[in-house]
Amino acid sequence: MIDAELTLRPLHKVDGDPVFDEPWQAEALAIADILVSKGMFSARTWSEALGKALKDAQSVGAVDNQQTYYNCVLSALEQLVAEHSDIDQQTMATKRQDWEHAYLSTPHGQPVRLK
Amino acid sequence: MPEFDSKKVADIHQQLHSHLPSDSALRIKALETLLVDKGLVNPDTIDAWVEAYSEEIGPKRGAEVVAKAWSDSKFKQKLMQDAPAAIDELGYLGKATAHLKVVENTDDVHNLVVCTLCSCYPFSILGIAPAWYKAAAYRSRAVRDPRGVLAEFGVHINNEVEIRVWDSTAELRYLVLPQRPAGTEQMGEDELAGLVTRNSMIGTDRDLGANPGRAY
Repeated sequence: MIDAELTLRPLHKVDGDPVFDEPWQAEALAIADILVSKGMFSARTWSEALGKALKDAQSVGAVDNQQTYYNCVLSALEQLVAEHSDIDQQTMATKRQDWEHAYLSTPHGQPVRLK
Repeated sequence: MPEFDSKKVADIHQQLHSHLPSDSALRIKALETLLVDKGLVNPDTIDAWVEAYSEEIGPKRGAEVVAKAWSDSKFKQKLMQDAPAAIDELGYLGKATAHLKVVENTDDVHNLVVCTLCSCYPFSILGIAPAWYKAAAYRSRAVRDPRGVLAEFGVHINNEVEIRVWDSTAELRYLVLPQRPAGTEQMGEDELAGLVTRNSMIGTDRDLGANPGRAY
């Protein structure tokens, strides 16, 4: 569903918003830029994948905000890593579950580590 | 004591989940772990990148470039002809500015930069793109209705002034050289740089004399 109020609010109202809402967003952009620098995929390939992810999000009515933008960054990054390395989507999903389990099984205040 | 037990279980459950990162954060953690394990990225490089773009690299760099162009005609000439070479002189060259074109505002022309595809942006000299630059509302309307978009930023362009919209790509990005405000002839580069707003270097700001010293 499109958030009409957010979509229609004047653009300058979001001018002062922070560039990152959460640390993972900065990490996602950092990883993408580093992988372009290292030549895993080109800047053009990256912009095309991100552009497609943004277009797909818009076509299903995702809210036009930073959360959506960075979710698209994440999806494009996962897709390109799967295409350009031997790390597939299933491996990523399994590792994500491992991290979730590590967080849930670590007492609050203790450092979270993968076993 | 079933009521106490169920409350305790609920509390424990809430406590556990209160420090569980979001799905997106867990996916990035997973990706980073796998890339590091494979030797494809170095975690220190990620930390250094995040720190640089959080603390150090921002529109002040672009403002310095603009102020130098206003003050030094030879630098301006080089900047207009070969922006990467001129910016390299200041030590700010990066991948995002390796293919950069500078477009100059005049009394008759106003330039506006967008990336209609995604969010290509000269981040080596302007930092991370602001939220509105990445929004579909801006990307889809900047080309179609530049005057309307500018009006939303409080920038009203006279109909006699031509608006040129530049669509950035991964291979070619743009920086707007705004007009030097009148009455600044005595100012040095540092003071001039303080007049330059981030938005003026993207084109969603124009008259820098109107509100000098606005925050980036």
